[in-house]
Amino acid sequence: MTESALHVEHLWKIFGPRADRIIGTPDAELSRSALKEKTGNVVGVKDVSFDVAPGEVFVVMGLSGSGKSTLVRLLTRLIEPTAGSVVMNGQDMTAASEAQLRDLRRNHVSMVFQHFGLLPHRSVIDNVAYGLEVRGVSKKDRRATAAQVTELVGLKGYEKSYPDQLSGGMQQRVGLARALAGDPDLLLFDEPFSALDPLIRRDMQNEVIRLHRELGKTMVFITHDLAEALKLGDRVLIMRDGEVVQIGRPDEVVGAPADDYVREFVSDVPKSHVLTLKWVMRPVSDEVGADSPVLPAHTVVREAARSVLANRGPVRVSEDGKIVGMVDDEDILRVVVAEED
Amino acid sequence: MSASTLDRPVELGAAPPEPEPKKRIPRWVGVLAAIVVWILVWSFTKGHNTLYLAGLDLTDLHVKLAKLGAGLGNNAFTDSVNTAINAIVDFLSKLVALPSAPSPAPVIGWLGVTAIATWVGYALANWRIAVLVLASFLSFGIFGFWQDSMGLLVVTFVSVVLAVLLGLPLAILIGVSKRAATVITLLLDLLQTMPTFVYLIFVFILFGIGAPAAVICTLAYALPPIVRISGFAIRDTNPGVLEATDSYGQSTWQRLVKVQVPMARKTIILGLNQTILAALSMAIIASYVNGPGLGKPVLAALTQNDFGRGLVPGMLIVLMGIMLDRLTTAASERSELIARGGGENVKRRRVILGALLVPVAAAVWYSTYALNAAVFPESQLGTNVANAANKWMDATVASLSGPAGALKDAITYGLLNPMQALLSTSPWWLSFAAILIIGLIIGGRKALVPTLICLLGLRLLDVWFDSMVVLNMTLVATLLVMVLALFFGVWMARSKRADLIIRPILDAGQTIPAFVYLIPVLALFDSTRFTAIVAAIVYAAPAAIKLVADGVRGVNPGTVEAGRSVGQTTWQEITKVQLPMAKGSLVLATNQGLLYVLAMVVIGGLVGAGALGYDVIYGLAHQEASGKGMAAGLSIVLLGVMIDRITRAAAARAGAD
Repeated sequence: MTESALHVEHLWKIFGPRADRIIGTPDAELSRSALKEKTGNVVGVKDVSFDVAPGEVFVVMGLSGSGKSTLVRLLTRLIEPTAGSVVMNGQDMTAASEAQLRDLRRNHVSMVFQHFGLLPHRSVIDNVAYGLEVRGVSKKDRRATAAQVTELVGLKGYEKSYPDQLSGGMQQRVGLARALAGDPDLLLFDEPFSALDPLIRRDMQNEVIRLHRELGKTMVFITHDLAEALKLGDRVLIMRDGEVVQIGRPDEVVGAPADDYVREFVSDVPKSHVLTLKWVMRPVSDEVGADSPVLPAHTVVREAARSVLANRGPVRVSEDGKIVGMVDDEDILRVVVAEED
Repeated sequence: MSASTLDRPVELGAAPPEPEPKKRIPRWVGVLAAIVVWILVWSFTKGHNTLYLAGLDLTDLHVKLAKLGAGLGNNAFTDSVNTAINAIVDFLSKLVALPSAPSPAPVIGWLGVTAIATWVGYALANWRIAVLVLASFLSFGIFGFWQDSMGLLVVTFVSVVLAVLLGLPLAILIGVSKRAATVITLLLDLLQTMPTFVYLIFVFILFGIGAPAAVICTLAYALPPIVRISGFAIRDTNPGVLEATDSYGQSTWQRLVKVQVPMARKTIILGLNQTILAALSMAIIASYVNGPGLGKPVLAALTQNDFGRGLVPGMLIVLMGIMLDRLTTAASERSELIARGGGENVKRRRVILGALLVPVAAAVWYSTYALNAAVFPESQLGTNVANAANKWMDATVASLSGPAGALKDAITYGLLNPMQALLSTSPWWLSFAAILIIGLIIGGRKALVPTLICLLGLRLLDVWFDSMVVLNMTLVATLLVMVLALFFGVWMARSKRADLIIRPILDAGQTIPAFVYLIPVLALFDSTRFTAIVAAIVYAAPAAIKLVADGVRGVNPGTVEAGRSVGQTTWQEITKVQLPMAKGSLVLATNQGLLYVLAMVVIGGLVGAGALGYDVIYGLAHQEASGKGMAAGLSIVLLGVMIDRITRAAAARAGAD
């Protein structure tokens, strides 16, 4: 296993009395409602394992009640896990002492919250500087850093405003700036844009994409919005009733849904925006000319469409320098036009 | 996402959530059934085993208690507390209130004190408050009560400072530790339920009479608001913000000083404000143990039934209350503004404040040697007002005695007597069982143990009959309080103008010492239980009305708007949306109403209500009966705790529904 930014193994959270006695017993295999019926306990997160690579944007997607917000809180122990381990920065969070945990929270991981969680009695700049302040950075230094970050998220000029004077989108920019100010290795987002209206949400998503491009931070992003998950995620984890249903790249989730639940879920997604040539190509046959253009297999169909349609015959698809297949107009159009298959 | 919400939203297609189990029988039906059974059994057994004890009769327990009390006071601890408080009060009194020998005036004369106070008013708040302070201090002198006013101010000041010094650490403890919160809340409940005269018994036993005793009983009364209000404000910090800031790795201390306390600051100042008002409301009670202040002339007037002569110092107490209330409120608003970096030019203000110190210093200096600036010039105004008030009172009583009598009779015969007959002429075991069962029905299992313990305590203290009489008066008064609270509370919540007009009256009602309105009520209704009930209502209604008003106003405006959009009438809006959604506040208002009413019980004993209140006051004055007084005092406390526990358990159940 390569060095991962975040390594989660067999993570459990069971709410209720004597939660720790359930794991390992046959009760743990019960469905959520059956367990509640039998013991009064509720499973929040059930045996979840995954790895996040450095610099990756990892999205956890699920409907409300699926346990995704619990999962992200287990990572920094805002909620104490019942069992399992979370390793970040080479340290097992679940075994960390109070002091170690505080150190990790101060220096290595920051979180952005759905309802912002800003301090109403502090100006924007002092909110942004809060993480640095608890770390013990001097007022002058933290203000200077905070001012830079505030500018980075597009709030220059609002440093002295107070949270209740700002719109929701701007408040979330403050939340984002606060998370960035500490220069953490890992950023956690808990449905950060769910409370915002669609246009602002799109702006903020683009903002995150831009920041990711500029800063290259590892991100774990929680959302209930599939479009958001597919747009932002390098990989997507789909959760249901506390369990992992599927983990994969957006095109894998759309192209090869793990079960009917996921299939139902992704049925409305415009596939040409997500699927790559890998998912539509056919084995190479005689039809393809030796001089036809070559496109990499990870090209998204929508982007490939123009060159494929412009070419007279099929186009070759390559992966790792080898020709692995071909696509023609028909293959492209089947995805672009006949979305409703 | 908390555990409780996890199973809440059900995904489409899953089984619909199970309907909440229907309550088989509504609670009020159960209560009604219990009462019917009670009446049935009562009709066969009434008059037996009522444990009636005549006014001067004592039991063995009461004699023992008296001996025990006599042994408690006069030890090294109480002596040192006495000495310390005496020294502080003495110093401050000589500074501003009492003649500081050999001079006939205090060290700083009235002109200097007024100048300082006005300056402080401006420094803490704004010039409007400064004018209010100036006018108040001048009134103290013009009406002829300068010395008593300063005395009250000194006692209040010392008590409030002590309350803050003791109270803030406790509040923080409540804020950070759940266990501490439970323990402290229990103690505060005791303190707040204990009617003021009951403190007096214990303070009297431990500290004798004089300024220290006055300070201590004022402190005991003033401490709970700041601890409770600030403590819970610190505790109830928005969990989202706490979680977010926790995620940045703050320590418990950083969490407290950077997040919890600043976010609770406004409420903490509200707690201070309430503490000051509570301290002032003890002004007269404190004069029972010979504390200095404006309470003395009021008490003297009450014993002479002289309305006018009690009215003037009484109104000055109210004025002082309004002044301190407005001052702290404005100071809190200003600090909020400053904290948010707005409002004013801080440097310019500092210059003005500095410059104003010059005339203040001049006034202080002048008042230390010029007699007319040191001792307030004589004035007949106070006496004239008192005479006019007496004349008016006589005329009003004469013209109102008809309707007042009718009202009194209606409530006495319609409500008070039948209920009292049931409660107090039942055999004790019958009332005991009935109260327990009704408490269980209303409050649920959670209320069972406290109710049982309180009832057992009441039985053991040997003043059962009087306790039942008091319980009856309390229930009737609370019923009337809630009728008023619903009417005025809803009105105030719905009409900004009504609120603007009524709220100051309520504020005044909460600040006016009970004794001041006791005199006119006494004149109207004579010395009866009903007088005590009216006094209790006047005392309890403002708090209950405010709670209802705030609760109804706090109802989610979105829901009200949604209701309006489907065309609900005003009546439907009130009964189907606002009141059900404000249910928590209504129960809280009832709870507070009951406790306030109970707190007036002793004072009621002064004006003919008899029972426990009379036992306490008689015990205060007669050494041999002090044991019974203590038992009566404790019984009042137990009644309070019992009522409080039952209503709180009911509130918790209402919240869970």
